[in-house]
Amino acid sequence: MPAKIVIDHLSVRYSDQAESLRDVSLEIEENAITAIFGPAGGGKSTLLRTLNRLNDLADVDLVSGKVLLNGKDILDRRVNVMELRRKVGMVFSRPLALPLSIYDNVAYGLTTAGGRRKARLDEAVEKALRQVTLWEEIYDRLHTPAHRLSGGQQQRLSIARVLALQPEVILLDEPTSALDPVSTTKIEALLHELSASITVVIAPHNTQQTARIADYAAFFLSGELIEYAPKTQMFTLPKDKRAQDYIEGRFG
Amino acid sequence: MNKQANQKLPFLTARRMQTLGFGALTLVSVVTVLPIIALGVFIVVQGMPAINWEFITDFPQNGMRAGGILPAILGTIYLTIGTAIFSIPPGVAAAIYLAEYAPDNQLTRAIRVAMVNLAGIPSVVYGLFGLGLFVIFLRFGTSILAASLTLSIMTLPVIISTTEEALRSVPHDFRVVSISLGATRWQTVWRIVLPQSLAGIITGVILGLERAAGETAPILFTGAAFFLPRLPQSPLDPTMALPYHLFVISTQVPGMPVQIQYGTVLVLLVFVLGMNLIATVIRSRMRARRQW
Repeated sequence: MPAKIVIDHLSVRYSDQAESLRDVSLEIEENAITAIFGPAGGGKSTLLRTLNRLNDLADVDLVSGKVLLNGKDILDRRVNVMELRRKVGMVFSRPLALPLSIYDNVAYGLTTAGGRRKARLDEAVEKALRQVTLWEEIYDRLHTPAHRLSGGQQQRLSIARVLALQPEVILLDEPTSALDPVSTTKIEALLHELSASITVVIAPHNTQQTARIADYAAFFLSGELIEYAPKTQMFTLPKDKRAQDYIEGRFG
Repeated sequence: MNKQANQKLPFLTARRMQTLGFGALTLVSVVTVLPIIALGVFIVVQGMPAINWEFITDFPQNGMRAGGILPAILGTIYLTIGTAIFSIPPGVAAAIYLAEYAPDNQLTRAIRVAMVNLAGIPSVVYGLFGLGLFVIFLRFGTSILAASLTLSIMTLPVIISTTEEALRSVPHDFRVVSISLGATRWQTVWRIVLPQSLAGIITGVILGLERAAGETAPILFTGAAFFLPRLPQSPLDPTMALPYHLFVISTQVPGMPVQIQYGTVLVLLVFVLGMNLIATVIRSRMRARRQW
């Protein structure tokens, strides 16, 4: 079976020459957790933001190469980016509830896509909130402002917001960096569950998290892909000296 | 005596410096605020005797030396509404374009510089511009329409810059999250940014209109009448207006009772400060509901 996402000689450069990617080629497997890890400034966020064209918002100078999702190049100018972003969802490091009610947060992607039927929205919202185990905690105050939720709850809300769209891929950029250990555990368990039916690409916020949750691990350093292997191999027998040094905590 | 007490402390210790500093600042604030309070009290005391039902619902009589100032009050309301109609939609639209869509390039930078400079142009220049463009060239004549348009042009920079600032105060991350969920830019603006910046926009709009309501020079050549025996029947009629009426009764009419002059000042002040008060209330109400 071909990989879900095929990244083919991708280079990205910002106009201020900041964090960039150099000639990255990588195949991301379907329904697995792929962790993009490495020291800060290595291009992890840039890679994630390229996969759903969120980089269109940034001051990008140059994008070359191809990114194939289900065999189609998503960097193509004719791609409907709104549709792409519904298929490839994104969760950010800082939990951020939109200034709307809990319900409207979760339904946001559906309503902006033209979803009107209340029964279907209700159903999708409940399903997404149950998936992230938030439903039990908040089902009685769905129409209260979402920013009153705790940080951990807001992050699960952010994931529910993406899940409501039934995405094929979910991208997470250090999703637990602002959270306490309990919330972190909840989210890691959730990602593991999701990876049965969704392709998960995550930039974990430390090496331990990579070791805990990844099926595949890709080590990035200064915008280059240094090594890419199944997790067990990466953490037992890394081929590259730099990957080994980083994993063993000799730099980072 | 112990050793410490023998040591000579400098007169200006840090503590004393602080007390002195606060004292000086308090004094300066009081001195600054006093004239404003004095002015307000003076106007209220002098103007209150003139205020009665007749004064605000009747026409001027006896060469404006008696009667009321209804046409001037209504005229100022008409002009304010006209200015709102012509300045709010394009002003808010322009601000949305500048804050949410416009790329940062030479053109948009030039627009911003132009706006800052427009805000500094003396109002009489707007008056002459309105006379040339609306009254003469477009043949609107001396009318509510021409005066409202002139006031609108003067108000636009204020509305655009305050609205743009209000839009920009909404955290950028909301936009990123919204876009990442497949929303278009316009959906992001409409559902997230505008509701969160509404308080700031309304405040800016009211402050802009308030300034327009109190201006004399821009309407002097474009729509204000010395005296009219009847109310304007259409937007193409000239109108009386409070600021100009005040100018007229203070300088152009001999034997004018002082009471009426102060009464008129008081009405204009209440009108303008009332708008200000509304803006303040809206802002504090909405700020309490802000969600970030």
